[in-house]
Amino acid sequence: MYRRCNISVTVNDVERQAEIEPRMLLVHFLRETLNLTGTHIGCDTSQCGACTVLVNGEAVKSCTMLAVQADGSRITTVEGLGEPKRLHPIQQGFWEKHGLQCGFCTPGVLMAMVGLLRENASPTEAEVREALEGVICRCTGYQFIVDAVMYAASEMAKTAHAVAESHSVPIGEGE
Amino acid sequence: MAKMIGAPVKRKEDTRLLTGNGMFTDDMKLPGMLHAAFLRSPFAHARIKGIDTDKAKQHPGVAAVFTAADLFGKVRPVPTMWYVPGADLKAKDRSPLATEKVLYAGEAVAVVIAEDRYIARDALDLISVDYEELPSVTHQEKALAEGAPLLHEDVPQNLALLWKAGEIPDEVFAQAEVVVKQRLYNQRVIPNPMETRAAVAQYNPGGGELTIWCTSQNPHIHRMIYSDVLGVPESKLRIVAPDVGGGFGAKIATYTEEAVVGHAARELKRPVKWVEERREHFLATTHARDEVIEVELAGNKDGTFTAIRVKNTANLGAYLSTFGAGCPTIDFGLMVTGAYQIPQAEVVTYGVYTNTTPTDAYRGAGKPEATFQIERMVDLFARKVGMDPLEVRKKNLIPTELFPYTTAMGLLYDSGHYELTLEKALETAGYEALRKEQEELRAQGRLLGIGISTYVELCGFGPSKVAGAIGFQGGVWENSTVRVHPSGKVSVYTGTSPHGQGTATSFSQIVADKLGIPIEDIELVHGDTQSISMGWGTYGSRATAVGGAAVAIAADRVVAKAKRIAAHELEVAAEDLEFAEGVFSVKGVPGRTKTFQEIARSANFAWNLPDDVEPSLEAQSFFDPTNFVYPFGAHICVVEIDKDTGEVMLKRYIAVDDVGRVINPLLAEGQVHGGVAQGVGQALWEGAVYSDNGQLLSGTFMDYAMPKARFFPKIEWQYTETPSPVNPLGAKGIGETGTTAAPPAVVNAVMDALQPFGVEDLDMPLTPEKVWKAMQDRREGV
Ligand code: FES
Ligand code: FES
Repeated sequence: MYRRCNISVTVNDVERQAEIEPRMLLVHFLRETLNLTGTHIGCDTSQCGACTVLVNGEAVKSCTMLAVQADGSRITTVEGLGEPKRLHPIQQGFWEKHGLQCGFCTPGVLMAMVGLLRENASPTEAEVREALEGVICRCTGYQFIVDAVMYAASEMAKTAHAVAESHSVPIGEGE
Repeated sequence: MAKMIGAPVKRKEDTRLLTGNGMFTDDMKLPGMLHAAFLRSPFAHARIKGIDTDKAKQHPGVAAVFTAADLFGKVRPVPTMWYVPGADLKAKDRSPLATEKVLYAGEAVAVVIAEDRYIARDALDLISVDYEELPSVTHQEKALAEGAPLLHEDVPQNLALLWKAGEIPDEVFAQAEVVVKQRLYNQRVIPNPMETRAAVAQYNPGGGELTIWCTSQNPHIHRMIYSDVLGVPESKLRIVAPDVGGGFGAKIATYTEEAVVGHAARELKRPVKWVEERREHFLATTHARDEVIEVELAGNKDGTFTAIRVKNTANLGAYLSTFGAGCPTIDFGLMVTGAYQIPQAEVVTYGVYTNTTPTDAYRGAGKPEATFQIERMVDLFARKVGMDPLEVRKKNLIPTELFPYTTAMGLLYDSGHYELTLEKALETAGYEALRKEQEELRAQGRLLGIGISTYVELCGFGPSKVAGAIGFQGGVWENSTVRVHPSGKVSVYTGTSPHGQGTATSFSQIVADKLGIPIEDIELVHGDTQSISMGWGTYGSRATAVGGAAVAIAADRVVAKAKRIAAHELEVAAEDLEFAEGVFSVKGVPGRTKTFQEIARSANFAWNLPDDVEPSLEAQSFFDPTNFVYPFGAHICVVEIDKDTGEVMLKRYIAVDDVGRVINPLLAEGQVHGGVAQGVGQALWEGAVYSDNGQLLSGTFMDYAMPKARFFPKIEWQYTETPSPVNPLGAKGIGETGTTAAPPAVVNAVMDALQPFGVEDLDMPLTPEKVWKAMQDRREGV
């Protein structure tokens, strides 16, 4: 009845292939086809940012993209960020600074902020607030989210520094 | 071991949520699961002349389509839960699907159950409904007027309820030195937790057990009501609230969709899932506030108050939602005197049916509206008598020595130290300096405004006998079991049902202190009617003051039992033992000790217990407090208005709250931030708008302005601690304080900034357009 097509994507470093309907949204593909339910859906209008993931390194709202459009790309979801025993600095920041309450918006906010830090490794508080424009969190009042991102930025700067010193790799180069 | 109560402990709940390992309702997948989608009315008021579902039923992948006729006799209407006494209540329950008429745009008319959600949506388009549109009315005052369209034929004037409390003779106002009269509108807002509602139902045809996982703030209440609605005994109906992505009151109410999904699972003998889309959430999940509040505040020229009279015309929407009648009456009416000594008070509430989504609780429920009116009136009164609003507050705040204090409405405020929070807020703000700065800026033509709100709110719902007296169809005690496993690890069960408050952490802190064990050894179990015998849920800032108190008492009972066992093993009298840091030791005999873990093991193995002690180490508490609790505080907001655009910019926000004993200041501050953001949201941006023919114009996040990060300054928070005498923790509640205190603080600040223009009052939300227009009208001298 419905035309289906094959796509192949690399999600959290694992190659995945599937046959899907061309109208399927990327967020549904991640959540329902791949069972990666960390990425959430908060709206129908691309306003809330709960569904944000990285596509080829860029923060993208996965409810705004068809899964077929992601064919051939590298996707990182919250599941690929860090693990409970080895949190990514941004996750650590949210934990340290109480950047989440219900946690529903959190995966999307984390991915959006990872996106920010890739572009701007040492943002000001005002820049963080600006970058949160595409994100709605109903619980936290945002202050602790801002604090969490600032924490992550400074932690990442420290490690980047350490890495740079030990390997003499210029910051920003390489994967 | 460091004291846990009072420490800013990081949350236990976070690692799973941060790594995508949460389990929200929509994350569930059961074998053979079907998906439901609801067809919703495009009209606000219409007769249903016919529904043709044939095409939809034949669509490949569709398992069933139900209309009201299919559910008749199988799913009963969903009743309201709050029969406010003396309110002359004309309760209207909601049919699971609309029967003869639809009464608001978005009311569910039919449901499709299909193999996946895309197919379910496809099939909705194949259903045709023959509607005869009827005239509609969305505003409560218009709905009361002669000749207005009637929603329910047997409810004249659409008047769902009329409730009165207190009575003040007219002479009091006629003879008063000063009377300030104002009409205030507390606009309709939409709770909008980031997780919409969702339900997954599974039925076992063998034994007839039905399980519904859903986004609930009070699973036991939902079990009680759905049991009746679906005709499934409570013993066979299990409601589970897994991770819940925020509630803010909207997930207290009992809705129809969850019941329909439960029934569909039963009828089709396959699991069924429904996830509300955001668009649907705007239409179908309860809204809140929407009250026209007319106030007269009488007093003397010296700034003291003598009497307050309030008339509230509340929009209840098309049906009476779960707590629908209680919010504008009990919750609102009893709090109209706020934090002040006002000897006389009178309140009348008209609750009105209109062709809009039903209204119910939203963070604070009634108290934010009550606080808004009194805090606005204080400022208007101050202006009339020519005093600083601060001075008027100081004159009328209930002084500390009068606590416990009985208000004109008969409430007994448990404890308070109002001047202290105000002093602290003033000090933090640098009030004097701010006023100077304001003067200087004004001289330069800039518009700085300072607003104060000294609030108090009723929360911590309990005691149950009061719940009965005010017509609530249930109790408000709370249940906890503290269960010690043989290893000494502990499971704590609570009847409260957290959804972001961090309760797993704060309750573990309580238990860690009581039992002297590491917080990592404690897990909280909540939100499952099969694990927890009974409980009344999380709302009204009751979790800690009632649920946390039950936890504390149960933990004390565990210690008492453990002590008897330890005494037996150490062959001394229980009185000769002391318990500290998780170790029982014989007084004065160093080295004669038993650890809590050792006792846990022996209690569970039961090889050597005293004759009159039963095996196992577990205790339960059913705590019913003797009174509500009354958190209070002072918030100060500083704004600047852009003269050219009317935009209100928050410069500073100072909050000093007193919520009794603070279990975890980190979580408390988080609650304040979130609450303030929601309060500021109502003051400046949020508002549900209906068109004249009943279409919800603000029906997505594109046209309903949610608070965003960049509009907020850092919130400057402090707290004081005045313990409550009504529970063993001395705790009050903090979830609602920000939402209660912020709207008047912000609006007072904006009105203060607009003083050069002589603007006395504007309705929320204070959008740039509204503020600009108000200035413009004055500029032009209109
Ligand atoms: S779900 Fe994608 S932005 Fe809201
Ligand atoms: S933490 Fe609940 S919405 Fe952000």
